[in-house]
Amino acid sequence: MRNEILAAIEKNSRIDLKELAVILGKEEIEIINEITSMEKEGIICGYHTLINWEKTSLEKVTALIEVRVTPQRGQGFDKIAERIYKYPEVNAVYLISGGYDLLLTIEGKSLKEISSFVSYKLSTLEYVLSTATHFILKKYKDHGTILSNEHEDFREVIIP
Amino acid sequence: MKNPLSENIIKIKPSGIRRFFDLVSEMKDVISLGVGEPDFDTPWHIREEGIYSLEKGKTFYTSNSGLKELKQEIATFLKRTQNLTYNYEKEILVTVGGSEAIDLAFRAMINNGDEVLIPQPSYVSYEPCAILAGAKPVIINLKAENNFKLKPNEILEHITEKTKILVLPFPNNPTGSILERKELEKIAQICIENDIYVLSDEIYSALTYKEKHVSIAEISEMQDRTILINGFSKAYAMTGWRLGYACASQNIIEQMTKIHQFAIMCAPTTSQYAAIEALRNGDKDVEAMRESYNQRRRFLLNAFKEMQLECFEPHGAFYVFPCIKEFGMTSEDFATKFLMEEKVATVPGTAFGESGEGFLRISYAYSLDTLKTAMERLSNFITKLRTK
Ligand SMILES: Cc1ncc(COP(=O)(O)O)c(C=O)c1O
Repeated sequence: MRNEILAAIEKNSRIDLKELAVILGKEEIEIINEITSMEKEGIICGYHTLINWEKTSLEKVTALIEVRVTPQRGQGFDKIAERIYKYPEVNAVYLISGGYDLLLTIEGKSLKEISSFVSYKLSTLEYVLSTATHFILKKYKDHGTILSNEHEDFREVIIP
Repeated sequence: MKNPLSENIIKIKPSGIRRFFDLVSEMKDVISLGVGEPDFDTPWHIREEGIYSLEKGKTFYTSNSGLKELKQEIATFLKRTQNLTYNYEKEILVTVGGSEAIDLAFRAMINNGDEVLIPQPSYVSYEPCAILAGAKPVIINLKAENNFKLKPNEILEHITEKTKILVLPFPNNPTGSILERKELEKIAQICIENDIYVLSDEIYSALTYKEKHVSIAEISEMQDRTILINGFSKAYAMTGWRLGYACASQNIIEQMTKIHQFAIMCAPTTSQYAAIEALRNGDKDVEAMRESYNQRRRFLLNAFKEMQLECFEPHGAFYVFPCIKEFGMTSEDFATKFLMEEKVATVPGTAFGESGEGFLRISYAYSLDTLKTAMERLSNFITKLRTK
């Protein structure tokens, strides 16, 4: 049942729980209990909103930054990752296999704000060997949602 | 001038509810719950294989009975899902939708005056196709109190010496009713004892919500008596690709292929390439769509319960078939009034046979949001009717 709940609320965290119970064929109280337990266990870590910032008047710039680091004895990458994720401007930090080690996403008001974060804060950290910054120009799809898509129903009326 | 028309085709009545559908297509801003095809797009990886095949220049006819690779995949699929063994070279024919397969089966098997048992309510093409093939259709009116399942005694009551084929339309359009193994076993026994063939239309086999679909061909001694019809329209959301298939013993498939070869040549090539991908890598898509349908099905049943509208629980396809007898109107009047007053289109049960009178087909091949709005309007509508 957990997987079914998660699949549903991952797509729509505002779904009415009574309705969720109906479509999953469960009792509302079971659903509430499972969600509460999953919140406590840290399986559900938050409820966010997917926003298409491009449609707002707010200026926002997002960048992906590849970071190569020297792992530390006994702590691997965790320590340096922690140093990085503590910055509030850092949105996400992933440890990556392949050509570099950490991938960050960063949000800022302008290119300048992000570049200064990279040059003054990030690249000067001990153990950071190099960085490569990629600015996002346009988001087509985010969290499985196509941002620009108005889905049209092309089905025609036919006599069954 | 001579009458240009064939008497045979004139005999076939146009759909009685044509008027209703003309009305639907003229109206604007209608929420439609009337369509009998999936709302999902064909999964992208399947569409992509169709596109690749075009890019590679695979724009020619295929062999009459279909691409070898596709027939092999169909055989593998039937083995894997239903433990049925068909020889892909001799016992499988790829057709233009399940629709063509139904037509071919009748034309390949019927002699003038043979009787075909057609349970109704059911899909609209069996009766006209049987008539065009020269058969006498014998309608079995399924009963609401049996949840529109086909009962053994109902078959027995209609069998004569002329009975040749029983159409088995389950999971059923429009009722959503299914048959389970035990029920099929009893029907199989009757077919064997009375030497009757079964045209089993399993186009909704992937969409069952209780247990896995069982084909009557799985029951012992039945495979040789069964023309199994299936396709890609409903399971993989591929209605517009026009692709289906028939599986039966070699002598039947041979004759069906003959007609197909002369009338159609072959099923669409692009669609056949896409279908190979569907069978190879489409299980997870089917699973996801089934889960969505199931959620909507539960939503509708609950909505009916809340508005105290009688409806049995259907376990297949993507239709519910609520009963509207309490309002003392015909299905068509109810559907018309509902359409005019609340701008929601449904299908009167009578579109699928007289025994659909008093019922409404509601398709849940629509998003939950659409269904929600539609159910609010239905609730409004019947509250008004009840307080009158
Ligand atoms: C019961 C049934 N059989 C067959 C068909 C025909 O499907 P297709 O020709 O698209 O395979 C339909 C379509 O609505 C159906 O509902």
